[in-house]
Amino acid sequence: MSSVSDDRSRDRIFWHCRRGLLELDLLLQRFVARHLDALDDGQTAVFVELLEYDDNDLFDMVMKRAEPVNERLSPVLALLRDV
Amino acid sequence: MGNIARRQFDAVVVGAGGSGLRAALQLAEANLKVAVLSKVFPTRSHTVAAQGGVSASLGNEEPDNWHWHMYDTVKGSDYLGDQDAIEFMCRKACDAVVELEHYGMPFDRLDNGKIYQRPFGGHTSNYGERAIKRACAAADRTGHAMLHTLYQRNVRAHTQFFVEWMALDLIRNQAGDVLGVVALEMETGEVMILQAKATLLATGGAGRIYSASTNAFINTGDGLGMAARAGIPLEDMEFWQFHPTGVAGAGVLITEGVRGEGGFLLNKNGERFMERYAPTVKDLASRDVVARAMATEIKEGRGAGKDGEYILLKLDHLGGDVIDKRLPGIREIAKKFANVDPATDPIPVVPTCHYQMGGVPTNVAGQAVMPDGKGGEKIIKGLYAAGECACVSVHGANRLGTNSLLDLLVFGKSAGEQVVKDISADVKSLPDLPADAADKTMARLARLDSATSGERVNDVGAEMRRTMQAHCGVFRFPDSMAEGVKKMLAVAERAKSTFITDKSKVFNTARVEALELDNLIEVALSTMISANARQESRGAHDRSDFPNRDDVNWMKHTLWYKEGNRLEYKPVQLKPMTVESFEPKPRVY
Ligand SMILES: Cc1cc2nc3c(=O)[nH]c(=O)nc-3n(C[C@H](O)[C@H](O)[C@H](O)COP(=O)(O)OP(=O)(O)OC[C@H]3O[C@@H](n4cnc5c(N)ncnc54)[C@H](O)[C@@H]3O)c2cc1C
Repeated sequence: MSSVSDDRSRDRIFWHCRRGLLELDLLLQRFVARHLDALDDGQTAVFVELLEYDDNDLFDMVMKRAEPVNERLSPVLALLRDV
Repeated sequence: MGNIARRQFDAVVVGAGGSGLRAALQLAEANLKVAVLSKVFPTRSHTVAAQGGVSASLGNEEPDNWHWHMYDTVKGSDYLGDQDAIEFMCRKACDAVVELEHYGMPFDRLDNGKIYQRPFGGHTSNYGERAIKRACAAADRTGHAMLHTLYQRNVRAHTQFFVEWMALDLIRNQAGDVLGVVALEMETGEVMILQAKATLLATGGAGRIYSASTNAFINTGDGLGMAARAGIPLEDMEFWQFHPTGVAGAGVLITEGVRGEGGFLLNKNGERFMERYAPTVKDLASRDVVARAMATEIKEGRGAGKDGEYILLKLDHLGGDVIDKRLPGIREIAKKFANVDPATDPIPVVPTCHYQMGGVPTNVAGQAVMPDGKGGEKIIKGLYAAGECACVSVHGANRLGTNSLLDLLVFGKSAGEQVVKDISADVKSLPDLPADAADKTMARLARLDSATSGERVNDVGAEMRRTMQAHCGVFRFPDSMAEGVKKMLAVAERAKSTFITDKSKVFNTARVEALELDNLIEVALSTMISANARQESRGAHDRSDFPNRDDVNWMKHTLWYKEGNRLEYKPVQLKPMTVESFEPKPRVY
């Protein structure tokens, strides 16, 4: 499992916040600045999982036009919806 | 280049957006050994943002033909587009779209099963008579669907992807032939030479040179920077399309539908200024008229905000219910990116950079070309370009909506076809690399790794974006442009001494951003200098001191060279391939 204390995966996360949609670039940049340091390992793993989604699917979830297929994602998604 | 690892391919494609994927498919299906590099996972390329559609005169909804499409494109380009290339693109459009359909692209359909088509600005029936339905779309996810369709197809054809690899420089030999690229693997921080018989740039646009941009952060014009550093000129870089209403400070687009539903623009005095600029249609005037009026208000000190930097888009008078019903999603977008609820407060907006018309000069076969020094043009052996980073030029001074996705398909494919021809025809084995193939790149990296002080990448980037926005934006003022040239030259000097504190190798985003800045600077310089020199208004290049198009002196393409910031010009190709020319006329709609 990845952990933010692990510099390497943290750096990887930074880069994976570079997206095809400007909207996501902006929101993820805010999310990382506000929340990344405070996430525990489990939450970080969920965030990494969210980053794996296609841009438009992730954006729809963030904008509440779609709900995540798995409730496991909801708490971190809630933070992302709020930034 | 002693200890730099090297790998060999038939072709290297830099970029995995719509154009790169379409080109790569052509190559892989011809059983060539192809490497496709991308800074991000292919389906996260910026093409994913395209919603509106892709144009083709299929005539599924009403009679249409490629010649009408060609007329619209020539006129849209404000007669700077090359008519041979435009004919080529419009003739191939239907096949390109149908081919994509066969690949499995989920286009919206009519009841009779044919592809559904919708109207889009600038596309008309019978040479400008009335709007026509020519745009094919997959819901509001056309670019997304296109990328996924092409990506799947490439996987099937065994295209080899190098994901999270950043190409840094082109390799050219003494003769000027391009022999591959030097690239950085982000995960390891290692640099490698990818040697190839053909190198195809498909790196997309560079909209991030402006502080107000609809482009994603990765759109840093890397292919243009690579070409410029290798001595290849950039064509028509003064032409950038702006959208009137991007959220100030964010760039996120606010749809024109907001004004269609009755929203209007205000300056800091609460004045509905569009009444002065366009008394009858007011806020519903065409994009360029609205954007120019906004820029004028800001320039003359009537912008709102602390520094007078934006315009207010008011729609609260419509009421929350109407906004929710007719403009779904707008309130959420405004809350998230402008921090206002438009049901009570106006949205701060500015003219926002959207699309780059210029790029690496190519012919219709995607081959990069440059002046031969004897009044003619020569093909740069081994180098090809397609998509937003290329200038064929089909968009001339102004792109028509939905013509860009078409450009990716048509010229991605034709570039791929040309590579297949060239490789089998005359390049059997890989030419030798010059001994200094990676030297300049390694020196650039070494400087960055060793510098412990200097200019911060963010500071220089911000100054560049501010300068471009203020001095070379949607409406260009003479005194301001001259000052902009000076400022950009100074910013470019500063960019030579950037430094980063994080010297790690693995996924070092700071290093990547420093390298991206090098590319942005080339793009910004070329834009500023080309714009300052062009003494006319044409398409997206709009000058207050030369308000008219000047076909006698300026119906020509600009070529900017990095060395000495030198400019040259080349004629517009007015002669189509098979039909009569469309003679220049005033561009009125
Ligand atoms: C919000 C928005 C909406 C749009 N809507 C439409 C529309 O409806 N219809 C239309 O026709 N056009 C539209 N456009 C324009 C169109 O989407 C783009 O012009 C087009 O998608 C560009 O495609 P591309 O293949 O040239 O580049 P991109 O899709 O930008 O891809 C560039 C690729 O190059 C890679 N890359 C870049 N630099 C490097 C490097 N140094 N090393 C390795 N890889 C690199 C990237 O990772 C990426 O894979 C829209 C644009 C925007 C911003």
